[in-house]
Amino acid sequence: MIEIKDLHKSYRMGSNSLHVLKGINFKVEEGELVAIMGSSGSGKSTLLNILGMLDGADSGDYILDNVPIKNLSETKAAQYRNKFLGFIFQSFNLINYKSAAENVALPLYYQKVPRKERQEKALQYLERVGLKPWADHLPSELSGGQKQRVAIARAMAAEPKVLLADEPTGALDSKTSYEVMDLIQKINDEGNTILIVTHEEDIAHMCKRIVHLKDGVIVEDKKIEQVRAEQYV
Amino acid sequence: MWLLDKDMWFEIFHTMGKNMFRTFLTMLGVIFAMIILVLLLGGANGLSNGFNKVFAGTSSNSLFVWGQSTSEPYKGFERGRRIRYKLEDADILKRQIPEIEVLAPRIELSDHRGTITVYRNGQTSGSSVYGDYPEIDQITKKKLVEGRFLNQSDIDESKKVCVIGEETYKLLFEKGEEAIGESIRINGVYFTVVGIYKPNNNINIDGENAVFIPFTTFQKAFNSGDRMGWMAIAVEQNTPVPLIEKQIKDILKAKYDIHPDDERAIGSFDMSRIFNSVTGFTLVLQGFSFFIGIFTLLAGVIAISNILLITVKERTKEIGVRRALGATPKVVKRQIILEAIIITAFAGLVGFAISVGFLAIMDHLWGSGEEFPFVKPMISIPQFIFSFVLMVGLSVLIGLLPANRAVKIRPIEALREE
Repeated sequence: MIEIKDLHKSYRMGSNSLHVLKGINFKVEEGELVAIMGSSGSGKSTLLNILGMLDGADSGDYILDNVPIKNLSETKAAQYRNKFLGFIFQSFNLINYKSAAENVALPLYYQKVPRKERQEKALQYLERVGLKPWADHLPSELSGGQKQRVAIARAMAAEPKVLLADEPTGALDSKTSYEVMDLIQKINDEGNTILIVTHEEDIAHMCKRIVHLKDGVIVEDKKIEQVRAEQYV
Repeated sequence: MWLLDKDMWFEIFHTMGKNMFRTFLTMLGVIFAMIILVLLLGGANGLSNGFNKVFAGTSSNSLFVWGQSTSEPYKGFERGRRIRYKLEDADILKRQIPEIEVLAPRIELSDHRGTITVYRNGQTSGSSVYGDYPEIDQITKKKLVEGRFLNQSDIDESKKVCVIGEETYKLLFEKGEEAIGESIRINGVYFTVVGIYKPNNNINIDGENAVFIPFTTFQKAFNSGDRMGWMAIAVEQNTPVPLIEKQIKDILKAKYDIHPDDERAIGSFDMSRIFNSVTGFTLVLQGFSFFIGIFTLLAGVIAISNILLITVKERTKEIGVRRALGATPKVVKRQIILEAIIITAFAGLVGFAISVGFLAIMDHLWGSGEEFPFVKPMISIPQFIFSFVLMVGLSVLIGLLPANRAVKIRPIEALREE
């Protein structure tokens, strides 16, 4: 599903340049649930940004679902993001003047799905995250965990190939975190490919594979025994 | 069709509604600009209409020609010779210059613009007495208070009738007295009054105290033969009067042996000259109003652009999220530009409505144009369409600025955690 070869990325800071990613190689198969771990400055967010086509790499190859992702125009990148990727952010990033259902329907709007169908789908996905009764509520009327579940529904609404989650539990307490992870695990059980950037060990161990990043290189890449979040809920 | 996209409009109105007060303040600039533009244009139009009313009844493309004294000796004649036209000159001119639409010959009693004493029942009036053809009415329209003006049968039958001015009436009759059918005496000849006219306040060629009698009657009563004092001439609408003026003078100079360079022998007055200068004045005024108005409008639209820039800055994160969810730069750009257009168009219409209201009040108060040339102050539909299209056009251009700023927002920067 995802194939990355010898990926380099550096940022220019005044006169020095900061080499953030120093040759990353890894593959993700369909249906995997991968945690990308690392301390701050290890390059994990940069890697996620490149995976999410929010940023470009300096050199190396990135192939997503057999499509090479390179030198995309802004418009093309937007279309690929919409088609291939679903984003889940640490601070949810719901649009605060839109109801839960409208937020979920937004990626479908950019896919030019007709209005009726969009609303139906949005409700369907809200139901999957258990928030159908909250469809008409504004984000300000929802708890943190509920907001993240709306965000997950939004990420899934466009039926992307890969879900990218950037510290999805970073702003939540541990109980809510496990609830969200439980949801993510269930989505993964259905065959969705999910990448999670996190620095929390317990969250990482709820995935099926952990990739450790340190100073811009992968230091460890191992499959693990998944801890089910269900038992903590 | 994206124009019919309900969600897009919802998005736009939602963002505007969220910042109602700020949106309103932004609109104020354009509202005031539109008010200024419309009031200035409406005022200028009012003046223009006012002047048109002043000229109403006077054929603007016309001239008057009369005889004076020569100032150059020529062909054995000495200078100071008085030029007296003959009635046949009228036919000669009409025949030779097809651009002449109407030519009304006139003769005055007493050669030098003096007055003649008119009698009635012991009352007297010092009036100008003219022998006229009915055609004169097509060049300087008389507002008749009572009765009628001279007509062709008066000419054909040399009827002893007259039309008198309001001033003449006041001097010869008691207040409220019936004048039509009464007789007045001029140089021992009796004439029956058939009409009373009110002088045109604004352009007055004949004076207020005047008596008009048929040209043919004049010839017989005062034994003027085929003499003719002056000519009132209306020229075809699209022919410049000075051109015809020159042709007329050349013909008359040749006929009466006047030195070709003698400027004084033939007196003339070109009506179109005043008319054109007034028209020019109102045109300049309208142009000036437009100029001021457009720049005020520009300032207002720039204010909108500024506010939108701030809005874009505030919505950085939201725009970033939208980009991450698949909004293309085009979609983002379109939304910001549409916001600019809608704010401008709405504000423009509000300003337009307010100023049209003002103009209607002004029209009601002073629009009669009695004391002051100010009639129907209102902007024309083409003027409105032009300023509206210009305003919306400007808003598109100006909206590009914040729109491009919005497009430059990279999702990664917008989503970075603080």
